[in-house]
Amino acid sequence: MSWFNRSKENISPDTMKKDIPDGLWEKCEGCGEIIHNKQLEQNLWTCIKCGFHFRIGSQEYINIILDKGSFREMDKKMRSADPLDFTDTKKYTSRVQETIKKSGLYDAVRTGIGKLNNIEIGFGCMDFKFIGGSMGSVVGEKISRLIDRCYRYKYPLVIISASGGARMMEGAYSLMQMAKTSSRLARLAEAKVPYISILTDPTTGGTSASYAMLGDFIIAEPQALIGFAGPRVIKQTIGKDLPEGFQKSEFVLEHGFIDIVTPRKELKNTIFNLITLVS
Amino acid sequence: MAKIVLDFEKPIFDLEAKIDEMRKFSGNLNIEKEIVRIEEKVKKLKENLYNDLTRWQRVQLARHPERPYTLDYIYLMTENFVELHGDRYFKDDKSIVGGFAKIDNFNVMIIGHQKGRDTKSNVFRNFGMPNPEGYRKALRLMKLAEKFNKPVITMIDTPGAYPGLEAEERGQAEAIARNLFEMSKLKVPILVIIIGEGASGGALGIGVGNRVLMLENCWYSVISPESCSSILWRSWEFKEQAAEALKLTAPDLLNQKLIDRIVPEPLGGAHTDYKEAATILKKVIIEELTHLVKLKPEKLVENRLEKFSKMGEFIE
Repeated sequence: MSWFNRSKENISPDTMKKDIPDGLWEKCEGCGEIIHNKQLEQNLWTCIKCGFHFRIGSQEYINIILDKGSFREMDKKMRSADPLDFTDTKKYTSRVQETIKKSGLYDAVRTGIGKLNNIEIGFGCMDFKFIGGSMGSVVGEKISRLIDRCYRYKYPLVIISASGGARMMEGAYSLMQMAKTSSRLARLAEAKVPYISILTDPTTGGTSASYAMLGDFIIAEPQALIGFAGPRVIKQTIGKDLPEGFQKSEFVLEHGFIDIVTPRKELKNTIFNLITLVS
Repeated sequence: MAKIVLDFEKPIFDLEAKIDEMRKFSGNLNIEKEIVRIEEKVKKLKENLYNDLTRWQRVQLARHPERPYTLDYIYLMTENFVELHGDRYFKDDKSIVGGFAKIDNFNVMIIGHQKGRDTKSNVFRNFGMPNPEGYRKALRLMKLAEKFNKPVITMIDTPGAYPGLEAEERGQAEAIARNLFEMSKLKVPILVIIIGEGASGGALGIGVGNRVLMLENCWYSVISPESCSSILWRSWEFKEQAAEALKLTAPDLLNQKLIDRIVPEPLGGAHTDYKEAATILKKVIIEELTHLVKLKPEKLVENRLEKFSKMGEFIE
């Protein structure tokens, strides 16, 4: 039964099985490669084969961007107040409660002060897994306070966005967060404090139409969806298929609305470089 | 144009039509007293109806095809209006209009969304949905006002910023974000008036003001009831519920402290009497401007910053 003893190279695993302890495996959305979690983490959650960037949360970015153990979080437990007493198919308060329980986060952004290669910076990072990274009163307030802290102490500001847009369940309150954060940024700019905005997959709607697009430097991770309207809405409006690569980082770079597309591995270094070049 | 009657207004319009008919055919019959009596009854009914509109009914009034638009108000309230065109980068967006004008004793820059009345003019105006060049034109005009130290009045009436392919290519998000940024530090007074629909970032893109007023039958929120229904209920059928849930009317927003003042409309809505609607609004604008022009530039910027900083509800 010689056909049983396969020895073809192309079906052998990339790594020997004994090297990998029991754990979870992830399938790459880009190329279908099956990658072990540990390996993925070592590679900063980018595919070892095709470089696809997996969506990650604020804790991962804190580990990637900031010096180990340097992050001091602000307003950690600020939570949504449900100002409209909003109910759709579910009560907004229960939606928030469930998400807090499931994600271990209190809302869609974490903010604080940390060190990047020993430089003190203001750091904010959104979490897409918290109701689509949507911006409501909490996100608006935390971002605004972070900006104000940077204004006061002249800390360079870095915000990593990952958001579908404004949070519908807070109605006009959510909308006003766009004006609130943008006006704080205007004040920060007058003080000549640098602001670096990092766009990750996805950055759309009210978030992109406010602080995400207002960086002195705007950096995007490769292949992230970046835009105002979502692709489905645009497709409906124009009644045509969208061109390949539409609203991806590279497309937005080509159209002149971001400065750099940077792989996750080089993100920290790029930010560091920019901060030192302008200070 | 034939009179457009919304579903919920029909009973009243039918009664009014009947009264007209009675009057026409009364001839020598002595029924004038009777007619007056019925007229008064109808007026009561009308007051009850319009004072107790559901949120969805207000949304319908805000979208009434005969509702006065920015240019109607400009022509009824101001003199010497000179419309200015173009963003100086790409083209002239017809869904936002603007220019210098004189209102009472104030020379002002007045900017607003502009819808069309029929298919042809709606296509021309892109249904009041601006592309990035619209927001950039608005900003250019605001900067011009700042240069010549003239107050800015903006009028909001849009179903949203245009969600098109070219709009994305030309940076719709950046254009709106830039306006929020620049408007917040403009050194002249900004008076914002929502005159119809205030849909999301497309509305706010010209909406960062020292004072934000809303006509009685308008809506202003982060999303339209229809889109909200389609996303949260996964069907277009729940627009009435979505409108209720979003709390998007003028009284709602005043209650949420997100606007400063409600401007009354003639009974039945601004479309029933353009002149009256414009007269009321003009009076309010003059009142507001009289106060605003007294403030120093630094104070104006500071007030605007503080005003928007306060918006939001959360638990600490």
